[in-house]
Amino acid sequence: MTMPFYVAPEQVMKDRAEYAQKGIARGRSLVASVYDAGILIVAENPSRTLHKVSEIYDRMAFAGVGKYNEFDQLRVAGVRHADLKGFAYSREDVDARSLANLYAQYLGNVFTHEMKPLEVEILVAELTDPGDGAQIYHISYDGTVTDEDLFAVLGGETDTISERFSSAYADGWDLDTALRAAVTALAGPDRTLGPGDLEVAVLSRANGRRAFRRLLNDELARRLQP
Amino acid sequence: MGLPLFPPGDDPGPNFSALVQRPEALGTTPLGSGATAPPGPGVTVRHATTVAALRYAQGVVMAGDRRATEGNLIAHRGIEKVFPADRHSAVAIAGAAGPAIEMVKLFQTQLEHYEKVEGVALSLEGKANQLGQMVRDHLPMAMQGLAVVPLFAGYDLRRGTGRIFTYDVTGGHYEEADHGATGSGGRDARTTIKLGWSADMSRDAAIELAVRALYEAADEDSATGGPDLVRGIFPVVATVTSDGYERAGDDEVAERFAALVGRDRRAERP
Repeated sequence: MTMPFYVAPEQVMKDRAEYAQKGIARGRSLVASVYDAGILIVAENPSRTLHKVSEIYDRMAFAGVGKYNEFDQLRVAGVRHADLKGFAYSREDVDARSLANLYAQYLGNVFTHEMKPLEVEILVAELTDPGDGAQIYHISYDGTVTDEDLFAVLGGETDTISERFSSAYADGWDLDTALRAAVTALAGPDRTLGPGDLEVAVLSRANGRRAFRRLLNDELARRLQP
Repeated sequence: MGLPLFPPGDDPGPNFSALVQRPEALGTTPLGSGATAPPGPGVTVRHATTVAALRYAQGVVMAGDRRATEGNLIAHRGIEKVFPADRHSAVAIAGAAGPAIEMVKLFQTQLEHYEKVEGVALSLEGKANQLGQMVRDHLPMAMQGLAVVPLFAGYDLRRGTGRIFTYDVTGGHYEEADHGATGSGGRDARTTIKLGWSADMSRDAAIELAVRALYEAADEDSATGGPDLVRGIFPVVATVTSDGYERAGDDEVAERFAALVGRDRRAERP
């Protein structure tokens, strides 16, 4: 009979975390921030069709960084969860908190029980209803959830990006200012990012029932002009 | 409810109706196609009646009266039969009100679900086809006397024109050239529209014609409600153009009715 080698649980978790972090750090980062009329999400993404930011429900958006197929699967599950809930109960009963918890549960479960953790970090943003608040849930690869009231940074180099962004952050700023600050924070001192390198979307109270809207080509270019 | 994740070979894709029926999702069969017995003679079911749609220069107008009946009784005076299906289409219902409204809810969710999962909206033809499948799935209930016959219209962004589809209980859907109507007063409504329709009508003229069609239908059909001036209940009238679905305000519809009734009165004076 062969005895399996003993590996300390700390070591297992550390290895997995390292693996997931490496995968996530390979991808590009993303910034989400509250502005005066809603929530802005800016991702560095040269692709026009493989989205990192998408709509989940009337007042909810999803964003992910890391491995595309893994977070896209989570996105679709989120859309399904929200639509099923809205269909079974009412549109008002669909909320980000319960979805964030489900994501956390799933990611935590995969992290501890599966061979390979998911190499993703995701975000669920919501405009609260009633009221004019906003909530951003940040869920990491091991299922840790944090809720942010102002902004969140996902991906590699989060510390430096967040430092740059928080020094620019101002309460109640408008969309254009927030957008430019987010792009500058993502780019860093040595690069500049143009509209072609970015994927930008907002959850805005001005958009009616479905608050989600992408800022595309011309509009994005115009808003990026100082 | 857990996170609805499926293995690759068993994934319902962007199809919400298929998803709802999964035991691990809701596990319910929408549209209750499991009915086995017809409603007995003592059971009366709410029915909704006349709805009509017509094309005009910028898109389509859709209108529906507000009356629901149970047998020969009026069950509801303010029921709505015209709904936005998504941004660029509208659906109206005739037949058993309960399953019809459930079908609309499923249809709306289905279109939005597809759009979110796939990242692009279905084509107008695709939407019409989806609704046809829902009507077909409902056929067993229709055979028990709970038929639902919708009317679908929308703005086709690819062709740049308004389009109208009518249905039968088997789910067959047929594109109409310029106008369509369904429900117990549908025939009267359709005749009225046929006589008054012309190509490239303005929005105002199209709304007026739709309102007139409902008025004539209510005149001939007891299950169709006319304008209720006492309670201030007017038909639901909506337009769908390249800018999307928009419901006309009650004030505007009331004004059209006033103009219509005023003209008729003058005409009938000896």
